[in-house]
Amino acid sequence: MTRQKRSHHKLKRAVAPYLYLSPSLLIIGLLMLLPMVTVIGYSFQNSAVLRRDPSFAGLKHYQAIFDDPVFWASLWHTLYFTCMSVIFHMTIGMAFALMLNSDRINPTLRNILRVLYILPWLFTAVIIAVIWRLLLEPNGVVNSILMQIGIIGSKVEWFSSPETALHAVTFANIWAGYPLFMVSLLAGLQGIPKDFYEAADIDGAKAYQKLIFITIPQLMPIIISISLLDFIWTMQVFPLIWITTGGGPIYSTEVLSTYTYKLAFSSYNLSQASASAVVILLISLGLTLFYIRYQKAR
Amino acid sequence: MRKRHTPKDRLITVALHVALAAGLFFAAFPIYWMLSSSFKSNTEIFALPPTILPKAFTLEAYAAILGDPVKLRFFFNSYFVAGAVTVLTVLIALLAAYGFSRFNFRGKGILNTIIISTQTIPPITLLIPFFGLVVSYGIFDTYVALILTYLVFTLPYAILLMTGYLNTLPRDLDEAVAVDGGSSWTALWRVIVPISLPGIVATSVYTFLLCWNEFLFALTLTKSTSMRTVPIGIQLLMGQHAFEWNQMMAMSVLGSLPLLLIYLVAQRYFLAGMTAGSVK
Repeated sequence: MTRQKRSHHKLKRAVAPYLYLSPSLLIIGLLMLLPMVTVIGYSFQNSAVLRRDPSFAGLKHYQAIFDDPVFWASLWHTLYFTCMSVIFHMTIGMAFALMLNSDRINPTLRNILRVLYILPWLFTAVIIAVIWRLLLEPNGVVNSILMQIGIIGSKVEWFSSPETALHAVTFANIWAGYPLFMVSLLAGLQGIPKDFYEAADIDGAKAYQKLIFITIPQLMPIIISISLLDFIWTMQVFPLIWITTGGGPIYSTEVLSTYTYKLAFSSYNLSQASASAVVILLISLGLTLFYIRYQKAR
Repeated sequence: MRKRHTPKDRLITVALHVALAAGLFFAAFPIYWMLSSSFKSNTEIFALPPTILPKAFTLEAYAAILGDPVKLRFFFNSYFVAGAVTVLTVLIALLAAYGFSRFNFRGKGILNTIIISTQTIPPITLLIPFFGLVVSYGIFDTYVALILTYLVFTLPYAILLMTGYLNTLPRDLDEAVAVDGGSSWTALWRVIVPISLPGIVATSVYTFLLCWNEFLFALTLTKSTSMRTVPIGIQLLMGQHAFEWNQMMAMSVLGSLPLLLIYLVAQRYFLAGMTAGSVK
């Protein structure tokens, strides 16, 4: 190769990665980063989107949101819904993973159960919402069973009474989301070296000691990173709540996403909705930074 | 060594199987109920006491869904949009993943971090500016609006999945092409793509699922009944006055079929995609 040809080749090699990345960067830049800037802009304008020449509003819309008791109620419901979901996703996922990993069950049974336990994961949020509405109908099968065994005395309107609605949507979400933990923890369990347990057996360790001193510490990195991701994603849940309760009754299941959606597309207050959307974005970004730092430290 | 067949040991095994059965009931009963209700008449659904197996097995709910051109259109829309987005996403992501996997360049680390963090951007935050954009470009209520907006959410996952896959392939293969004087473009299509099929399949499956499940954008960026997708169709069905629960369940079963089929046929690829977001 001549020197000129070689430098030409080098140049090609230097430019190539940017060419391969350019379609992706164009789409992410124009359709993700730019809209993020736009929504921040909207939140400082009066009648954003609706008027061609919106005037500057300053922090007015943020003020309006922070003065709105429904916003604070939504924030609280989001926290409750998210924390309970993550805690139970983890507990149920862990319990199922440990049970499936036990050498006390027959391998065929294990494979069948593994497929069946993943089932809730295969269903779209809308379909999950519809299934739980049918199950929890006042005349539905859950009430009928609970009354027969005497746990409840009369029909409960799970989704339409303010006392139970938030618990009911949280329960439906718990059911829908545990398989992510189960699958990840099962993979993690298979990665723990067998000699750890053999060494513990020689020392005469009991089963619960092996769980606390070997299994859980070994799974900790998976538990932490999945919990963080699950937290971020659960915080953004919209369809499940929208279809089951729509945020009601009387705001009792209003979460940040339904609150923002209603501001934007029921009240057409797109400026205030943008302010609320920015608040959600900031919470998500804070958690994401935490997640990325954790992943890098690993 | 574990001591087998002591009474205590047998008790633990029995307890474990009881717990497994309880877990099975928890996981599968709601789905069983959907399936069995879809074969019942609407009056039988609320019969007291509830019938576990349909007493009068009927396909009337399925006939009502499959005989209604409006509902078939929902299915067509869902397949069309998800299919188009999958093809576009896989192509674009493959190029980006090749760039990430086979080259070192300035800004690589920061670009990678940006792509990882875009996975967690709340859809509701982008919804309002998308609505503004879609209306001002006159593409409200069109396939283009849905395809473009879905692409933004599928692309980051697809890039990470594909990069992860390409990183597992030995570099000697494409270097052999370079020695023969071929460009990196030739290496990509001649060498990388043919051996990346498992990665491409996993990425396609996951992208298809994301699109099939999408609700918020379909709800907001389309309006006419002929543009609605399956999730919105189910919601519309529910909004009608009398609750046709058997039809709603039949539509849910039909709407879950692609996911169930993919899962049964390609479980490995399915799981690879579903856990992609969580493993680096």
